[in-house]
Amino acid sequence: MKNTVVVPYTGTPEQENELKEWLIENKDMQGLTMPALQKAQEIFGYLPRAAQTIISEHTGVSLEELYGIATFYSMFRLYPVGDYKISVCMGTACYVKNSQNILDKLEVLLKIKEGETTPDGKFSLESCRCIGACGLAPVIMINEDVYGRLTGDELEGILAKY
Amino acid sequence: MYRSHVMICAGTGCASSGSAKVAEAFAEAIANQGLSDEVNIVKTGCFGLCALGPIVIIHPEGTFYSMVKVDDVPEIVSEHLLKGRPVTRLLYDETVKEDEIAGLHETPFYKKQMRLALRNCGRINPELIDEYIAFDGYQALGKVLTEMTPEETVQLITDSGLRGRGGAGFPTGLKWKFARGYDADQKYVICNADEGDPGAFMDRSVLEGDPHVIIEAMAIAGYATDASKGFIYVRAEYPIAIKRLNIAIEQAKAYGLLGDNIFGSDFSFDITIKLGAGAFVCGEETALMASIEGGRGEPRPRPPFPAERGLFGKPTTINNVETLANVPQIILNGADWFRSIGTEKSKGTKVFALGGKIHNTGLVEVPMGTTLREVVDEIGGGVPGGKKFKAAQTGGPSGGCIPIDLFDVKIDYESLAEAGSMMGSGGLIVMDEDNCMVDIAKFFLGFTVEESCGKCTACRIGTKRLYEVLDKITEGKGEPEDLDILDELCEYISKNSLCQLGMTAPNPVMSTLKFFREEYIAHVVDKVCPAGVCKGLLSYSIIADKCKKCGLCTKVCPADAITGVLGKEPFVINKDACIKCGACVEACKFGAIVRK
Repeated sequence: MKNTVVVPYTGTPEQENELKEWLIENKDMQGLTMPALQKAQEIFGYLPRAAQTIISEHTGVSLEELYGIATFYSMFRLYPVGDYKISVCMGTACYVKNSQNILDKLEVLLKIKEGETTPDGKFSLESCRCIGACGLAPVIMINEDVYGRLTGDELEGILAKY
Repeated sequence: MYRSHVMICAGTGCASSGSAKVAEAFAEAIANQGLSDEVNIVKTGCFGLCALGPIVIIHPEGTFYSMVKVDDVPEIVSEHLLKGRPVTRLLYDETVKEDEIAGLHETPFYKKQMRLALRNCGRINPELIDEYIAFDGYQALGKVLTEMTPEETVQLITDSGLRGRGGAGFPTGLKWKFARGYDADQKYVICNADEGDPGAFMDRSVLEGDPHVIIEAMAIAGYATDASKGFIYVRAEYPIAIKRLNIAIEQAKAYGLLGDNIFGSDFSFDITIKLGAGAFVCGEETALMASIEGGRGEPRPRPPFPAERGLFGKPTTINNVETLANVPQIILNGADWFRSIGTEKSKGTKVFALGGKIHNTGLVEVPMGTTLREVVDEIGGGVPGGKKFKAAQTGGPSGGCIPIDLFDVKIDYESLAEAGSMMGSGGLIVMDEDNCMVDIAKFFLGFTVEESCGKCTACRIGTKRLYEVLDKITEGKGEPEDLDILDELCEYISKNSLCQLGMTAPNPVMSTLKFFREEYIAHVVDKVCPAGVCKGLLSYSIIADKCKKCGLCTKVCPADAITGVLGKEPFVINKDACIKCGACVEACKFGAIVRK
């Protein structure tokens, strides 16, 4: 991970219980590990060690193996992200329409590099694979909002909305 | 009964341009005019012309409104729906003729298309099973369960010549026959909806626009192969598709079209959705199964093939979304009907996601054998901005770039392979003279390096080395010998990798080396990037005579690399400090800054 800031664990007992209850409820599911990690990330926003420990205890899958799975898939994250996650689409359609330029400009505007979070925890910046809005290339996503047909000039105005 | 239907695209493309708000505005405006009992609003799947979204089509006239904004809606409602006068300024301009409004199917974008897999996309509300049934939905399942044996079903699909649409083009009927041939207490059908090619969104559009067709086809495949359980492995990045699949499965269960004893037969079938978590390699079938089983999605050697030992060690049939979308119609219309479409070895149609430097970005479906020229120039409307077409990329990270010399290549499995590319899942990205082919090859290799699962050495280390050489070339540090190293590495990786991801990873490099070798040579010998993309080979300078000494360039320079005296001395770029972002070129109103 590029961002090596150590984040203290802030999970609540309620969150932990929610995960435990889900694990008990679904204990007979075939191929439980991935859905369990997905559920944990949905609850905590990322995969803190505490959550992985809970999953390991309930499924019998070792922490090492869970770590192997969590780092294999790009959607799992071991660190929390900012309140607003900016994803710059780097799919082919966006790339040939110069999405690299959009990413460069955002790095300058936010003063962080791709994969990092602003010190105030507000924005995190990452590149992502195709989000399927190729007709609107180049595209960025800020949480659920999609902004397309970008030239770069509008980025400052877009960031100001958040 | 409604007299008018307002079809609003709720696919990802249009949703991203705000179609949900447009739909709300229609509901409000229609209610305000007291037309709620006469006009029906239908949120549909993708119409294909994503570039012009949000798209609204009003039936029965078939009037096609493009780029509709919330503010336009009251006018459309009061003029078109109330008074019967189309709002000309909002019409898709290709449909506007001198004295009439042309039908959509006469426009260049739609004229050469043939929508089989996408047949219901944009036509029905994907969240209502009754609309699917109204267009012959679940009839094919009823037919196979009540009139055909599983063997006859397999034979029909074999006879139709249907081949896998995920890229490799394996005959679907043969796949079913293999799975049928193994006895087991449990067999599975998997729908591969892990559409991972960057720049491809055909499968997503089918899932969003016509989810029931996948359920019906999976049940048919289950019947044909004696499988009672199905899994849909879908990317978690596709929230709309997942939501609609869940709705569709619940509805099918409620109607008895999934579950026990479907149509009163002995056949029972259930479907579970499994979410991917962002790993391109999981599109490979053995990796996909490993992922459903809950672990790292790493491929394993074949044989044994999934038909013999697949998911949880049981015989498994894996078909791609678009492949399945063709199945019910083949059952209903017969193998001969399907065989009549396409070329000798490639039957039916293929859906492409058109993107990149092309006018009509969006989704198109054409009969196999249509030429690349027809798709890019006629359907796609050509390259915008008066720029020159340079290459079309098909097959994503596993495919290649097709140059203008091969513009008349037929789109079918064999012809594309001969041209050094592949059908792939259906991404078709157009590039113009401003795109550097070395940079594009590096882009795809960067993707493969990240997505290589790391299991086999050829792919894990080979793609990394390949990337490093390309990076060196784009940085301006390449040597002529590097091209030989590229050739050698490509051959090694493609021959020694474990799975298709690795075997095909060198394709973007090989095809660009073959067709655009002079561009590589320009990078390594002349040290220039002809397209002006590779930053390491560019330099910026200010022409003193043209400089008006306004200082605008210093304001936009993020690196403080430009110095001068306002109004007195021409400005100068400090080449060591310059990060080559190009901001100054854009800012200069007098064309005084040049990039070389």
